[in-house]
Amino acid sequence: MPFKRYVEIGRVALVNYGKDYGKLVVIVDVIDQNRALVDSPDMVRGQMNFKRLTLTDIKIDIKRVPNKKTLIAALEAADVKNKWENSSWGRKLIVQKKRASLNDFDRFKIMLAKIKKAGVVRQELAKLKKETA
Amino acid sequence: MAPTTRKPHTCRNPDLIRGVGKYSRSKMYHKRGLWAIKAKNGGTFPKHEKQAVAAAPTEKPPKFYPADDVKKPLVNKRKARPTKLRASITPGTVLIILAGRFKGKRVVFLKQLTSGLLLVTGPFKINGVPLRRVNQSYVIATSTKVDVLGVNVEKFDDKYFGKKVEKKKKKSEGEFFEAEKEEKNLLPQDKKDDQKTVDAALIAAIECVPDLKTYLGARFSLKAGMKPHELVF
Repeated sequence: MPFKRYVEIGRVALVNYGKDYGKLVVIVDVIDQNRALVDSPDMVRGQMNFKRLTLTDIKIDIKRVPNKKTLIAALEAADVKNKWENSSWGRKLIVQKKRASLNDFDRFKIMLAKIKKAGVVRQELAKLKKETA
Repeated sequence: MAPTTRKPHTCRNPDLIRGVGKYSRSKMYHKRGLWAIKAKNGGTFPKHEKQAVAAAPTEKPPKFYPADDVKKPLVNKRKARPTKLRASITPGTVLIILAGRFKGKRVVFLKQLTSGLLLVTGPFKINGVPLRRVNQSYVIATSTKVDVLGVNVEKFDDKYFGKKVEKKKKKSEGEFFEAEKEEKNLLPQDKKDDQKTVDAALIAAIECVPDLKTYLGARFSLKAGMKPHELVF
């Protein structure tokens, strides 16, 4: 099984440790065997160890170390935000965040909704069972 | 420009670093205009006469001196205040009671009493919690709020909830050995009416929000996988 996601200039990665945890960043240069120069529209360009990054499928078309304006334009052109939010990984993260921010009242309403849905499913199942019996 | 309102004066001698001002003593003398005050007053600073001190009444020397020095108690200027109310608790907040008979019940906060305890009501019809006092420490404040504008809680204070003092009846010998007649503690009708008036306005506001009534009627409990330190209330 060969590697499919490579560290390259323009690779979008997710930060998995540290102050910028959970942010999407773009690798704009490779410093040495362990570190990359990393940039994002809402942070100052800086170095990051590869161990702090998890590579995603998304890659954008940039030259080595673009300036902020070019980077933002390239991100818009590749529509990274929408691609990420529609990917299954991105959607999972959004759901996790939503679940963590739920109010006590919200959790109660979700419980009621789950019970209701289960009731409807069970009714349909009973109907189908009756037909085949 | 009204003569009474003035802009607050900025410092005349800003600090270069802590302890060192920008201007020297002589420069500050000039800046403060002390030369002008002196000039106005003919070369010296204006003096005022000392107020005549009323002669203190002559005290008689005490008849008795204690053998050892008596210590004076230290000064205590503290004032008793009601407990500081958490910023998350405002009138209308839904609270979760954590201890006592009503543990787990979700309840509406009305106001803080002068003793520091929180005045709280179920409402009674929804979850059986009457107008009651509860300590802030035994409560989780959720971020759900109920509209309490129509509710008047002025008349409730700590005395309302105090124990009723009964006159002690003197018992004769014979009566001592009889079984104590249990007087039932019936809730007086006016307390029931108070509950009804407070709850009427509250329930109207609660029914406006879908599912809020069932929410208040249900108890809170920790289920599997719920981590209290990670939960947002």
